[in-house]
Amino acid sequence: MNKYDAIVVGAGHNGLTNAAYLAKAGLKVAVLERNPHIGGATVSRELYEGWHYSNCSYVSSLLRPEITRDLELPRHGLQVVPFGGGATFMQNGDHFGSYSDSGRKYREISRHSKRDANAYARYQADTSRQTRLIRPFLLKTPPDPTSLKPRDLKDLVDFAKPFINMGEEGLLDTIKFWTTSVGDYLNEYFETDVIKAQHAGSGIIGTALGVYSPGTAYVLLHHYMGDVDGNVGAWGFARGGMGAIANALSKSLQSFGGEIICDANVDRIIVKGGRAKGVALKNGDEYHADIVVSNLDPKRTLLDITDERDLPKDVVQKAKNFKIRGSSGKLNIALDGLPTFDGLDPKNPLMAGDLHFSDSLERMERAYDDWKAGTWSKDPYLDMMIPSLTDPTMAPPGKHMMSVFVQYAPPKVEGREWTDEDKDGFEKSVIDQISKYSPNFRDLILHCETRTPREIEAEVGLTEGNIFQGELTFDQLLFNRPFPGYAQYRMPIKGMYMCSSGTHPGGGVMAAPGANAAREILYDLKRPNTVPGSYADD
Amino acid sequence: MTKYDAIVIGAGHNGLIASSYLAKAGKKVLVIDARSQAGGCASTKAFAKAFHVSDCAQWVHQLDDKIVKELSLEMHGLRLGRAKRTIALQSNGDHLIIDGDSLSGAGISGSDKKAYKEFSSQMRAFAKLMLKLYRTRAPKLVEADRGDKLTLLSLGLGLKMMGRKNMQDMMRLVLINIYDVMNEHFEHDGLKAAVALDAITGTNMGPRSPNTVFTYIHRMVGEALGNRGVSQVMGGMGSLGGALLSSAKTQGVEVRLGEAVAHIVKTDDRVTGVELSSGEVLEAAVVVSSADPTTTYRDLLGYRNIEAGQARRVEQYRTRSGTGKLHLALSGPPSFTGVSDEDHSQRLIIAPSMDAMETGLNPIKYRELTSQHVFDISIPSIEDPTLAPAGQHVLTALVHYVPYDLKTGWDSNESAREQLLDSLLAQLEGYAPGIRDLIVASEVLVPEDFEASHGVTGGNWHHGELSIDQALMMRPFPGSTQYTGSVEGLYLCGAGSHPGGSLMGLAGKNAAEEILKQGVLS
Repeated sequence: MNKYDAIVVGAGHNGLTNAAYLAKAGLKVAVLERNPHIGGATVSRELYEGWHYSNCSYVSSLLRPEITRDLELPRHGLQVVPFGGGATFMQNGDHFGSYSDSGRKYREISRHSKRDANAYARYQADTSRQTRLIRPFLLKTPPDPTSLKPRDLKDLVDFAKPFINMGEEGLLDTIKFWTTSVGDYLNEYFETDVIKAQHAGSGIIGTALGVYSPGTAYVLLHHYMGDVDGNVGAWGFARGGMGAIANALSKSLQSFGGEIICDANVDRIIVKGGRAKGVALKNGDEYHADIVVSNLDPKRTLLDITDERDLPKDVVQKAKNFKIRGSSGKLNIALDGLPTFDGLDPKNPLMAGDLHFSDSLERMERAYDDWKAGTWSKDPYLDMMIPSLTDPTMAPPGKHMMSVFVQYAPPKVEGREWTDEDKDGFEKSVIDQISKYSPNFRDLILHCETRTPREIEAEVGLTEGNIFQGELTFDQLLFNRPFPGYAQYRMPIKGMYMCSSGTHPGGGVMAAPGANAAREILYDLKRPNTVPGSYADD
Repeated sequence: MTKYDAIVIGAGHNGLIASSYLAKAGKKVLVIDARSQAGGCASTKAFAKAFHVSDCAQWVHQLDDKIVKELSLEMHGLRLGRAKRTIALQSNGDHLIIDGDSLSGAGISGSDKKAYKEFSSQMRAFAKLMLKLYRTRAPKLVEADRGDKLTLLSLGLGLKMMGRKNMQDMMRLVLINIYDVMNEHFEHDGLKAAVALDAITGTNMGPRSPNTVFTYIHRMVGEALGNRGVSQVMGGMGSLGGALLSSAKTQGVEVRLGEAVAHIVKTDDRVTGVELSSGEVLEAAVVVSSADPTTTYRDLLGYRNIEAGQARRVEQYRTRSGTGKLHLALSGPPSFTGVSDEDHSQRLIIAPSMDAMETGLNPIKYRELTSQHVFDISIPSIEDPTLAPAGQHVLTALVHYVPYDLKTGWDSNESAREQLLDSLLAQLEGYAPGIRDLIVASEVLVPEDFEASHGVTGGNWHHGELSIDQALMMRPFPGSTQYTGSVEGLYLCGAGSHPGGSLMGLAGKNAAEEILKQGVLS
């Protein structure tokens, strides 16, 4: 008989993190995974011999350092190598280089605009002020503003404190920041199109909104609040690919006695007398536990593997209304050598950074217009990397691996399902875009894995292929994530919890939702908490 | 030289209302306006011989009844027409009729009817709470004084009273877009678009833009005041301006029309008066500007007189409007297919679907002309025959979207205006065949025209986009909230301050009350 204290559905990074903390607290835990491999969207796979594709998430920054240290992930094999800078190639043959060295950065911005160079320090100070504000909330459960429970009231007061400390103008500026568009936010600092475009990318990645849509400034913040080795805002590659994070988490979990069971496709959550009692697999097997934690997105959790009759009506409605939109796709490419780009020395450190081809907000917004009309962007926004320049294990010697994140790609094409022809058309639009700036790129392609929202949903199980498991708009953040009244990881069925990126603080390889959910579960079980709090210096 | 207690810049509705309330409290008030007609955007004009239209604002919906009473506007000649039904024109001639909370026509389903009732009543509940906040200055959150704390407390209680479900819904809805909410509630495309139109009116946003439910609730404040629908002003909008002017004069307000303020005079570190373009200098204890914030700070006060950070905020304040206007003088009554004779006097809208609206918005973002317009039409001469010669009619329509700063320029480009007029008429013909043959005279107004004629920056009647990051306690921007300007002695009372535009009059009233409360006028 498969009897556990807790069952976690889905071996993505949040599921693994959640299970690790439950196991650390002494619970008998099993993680059930549908695929033959673990990791969810934090995965590396050898889909072409000799090449390792991080074929979903591709860079790391958001992973909470408190968790990395607490679960001893470095000891379990995780190494994150920071990369510096990035560039946007321009239609006029020039480019804008975003150097990590501040002196060089200043000179490069000055080359485009002296005024913008002088504004940059102000931009950075204002943005990092917002970052500092949000970081301490990542490892906290959002308080429920409608509740009068002492714990919620105390949390609300704690939540309000740093805001009040900002003073009236600081607070209003913060509210403005959280509700404005990334385009408007950047307009406050910069005048040069390409500089705005370079920075605006972080405001739309993973989001079905355009650079002029209110609320996208926050999405920018979401990409800025991470760090690599304490360097806030920096991004890095997990050595060996993003799968290294999942592998380290799984080893940590196993070191506490937790189990991972692959090829276990959960059909439904077993509920008896209003309490979760375990799960039943598609093959009929049953696993029993009084605690069931779902790492699937809110729609799949509540509409797919939970019987509607076990849920209050309003929750079903809320799950249906939850916004989880496919907006992006990905190409993973094996290259016979290093491609060259017009105007950029192949030895320039920017080559190892994030490369883009949209040199104005207008082009980015037009790409979004295509999405609204139900097609992939004809002039797509790309976030392109060559991780093998930083981490040679990704490709055979002398060869390279390229990861191209593409925005926008609709969940359905003009209202119907994606076809293979659509996928080819999508792939072509991306390869054409890169080829415009790299003459030898096309000839170097050995293999290309193209992922539209259709593929992402089918393999990873993210509804509509949404990488954040739900839009990061304010109606779905903090105490609204996934929906008001259910933001504290508890589901309406007793013993059932959610720990996915669909809960606070949202998507990205952060592991915070998994850890936060574990803390709430342990609280309910009256067990000592094993989940670390935020670092005091945040 | 006479020294006034207060000089109010601009005799628009908010300027006149602020003046009247100040004068009522015994203050010596002068109001100055560059236009020769009082009322600002509440104005009437003969755009062709004997054809009169409200040439800026077209509907009254949110005018606070308290103000109407306290300033005896009816005694001073204000007469509102009947509350109108909204008829959402459908291309097949089977139109959707919205009458308060009830729907009919267009094959609307029973479930949509029921859902609309529920939706409206929830929105009205939210709007009622909002009205509470609108009738007072928007409270400071950190530096809250006793008054602010009371407002916050009363809002908090109001929220609690709505119950947990409503409170949770509100937390989610305030920042969401109308597009998703419509799809969650309704089936009928025409209904979704009709509601969405109210959410985007006067903004530069589309149904998919986040925060458009907030703008819808703003609009619903009219319903919270007890209005079932929009109304026209008898005699044209100018009559509202006229009533306000007459009321202000009765209170003892001195009015100088046709004289422009050249700049606000700052002596040492406080504002001491204004200088007219004639060179005449007038002194006052306080200057109250009902001009929009950009005009006030950039043009009248000048950036050199405010802090750099504040100047930056003025520059970033979004004022670009996306709304234009069409005026037609018609030789006879127009005939919209499927609309009864009597119903031609109602509010007619053309908004086929939310996606069409969103597509219509796209080119505007790139400062180009769109070919898919959304119309909000009034044929005021049916209810008020004084507006046109006997048997003839005027039609006015608010038109979305029209770019403010067309890439090719409006001035240098007569053909752009012709192209716009042409595409508007072509679209109109689809719903009112033969209307072209009735046209005696026509006029298209683009946002730039409103800027020129009414002095509103960006052609924006709301004196700045009413998106949530520029609303409530953030309006117009941090450092200039609660009607207090960035310089001592300067106050704002226009639509650029809380709670914004739409002929509510509350900005003017609240500002006057704030000035009186601060006791800066002895």
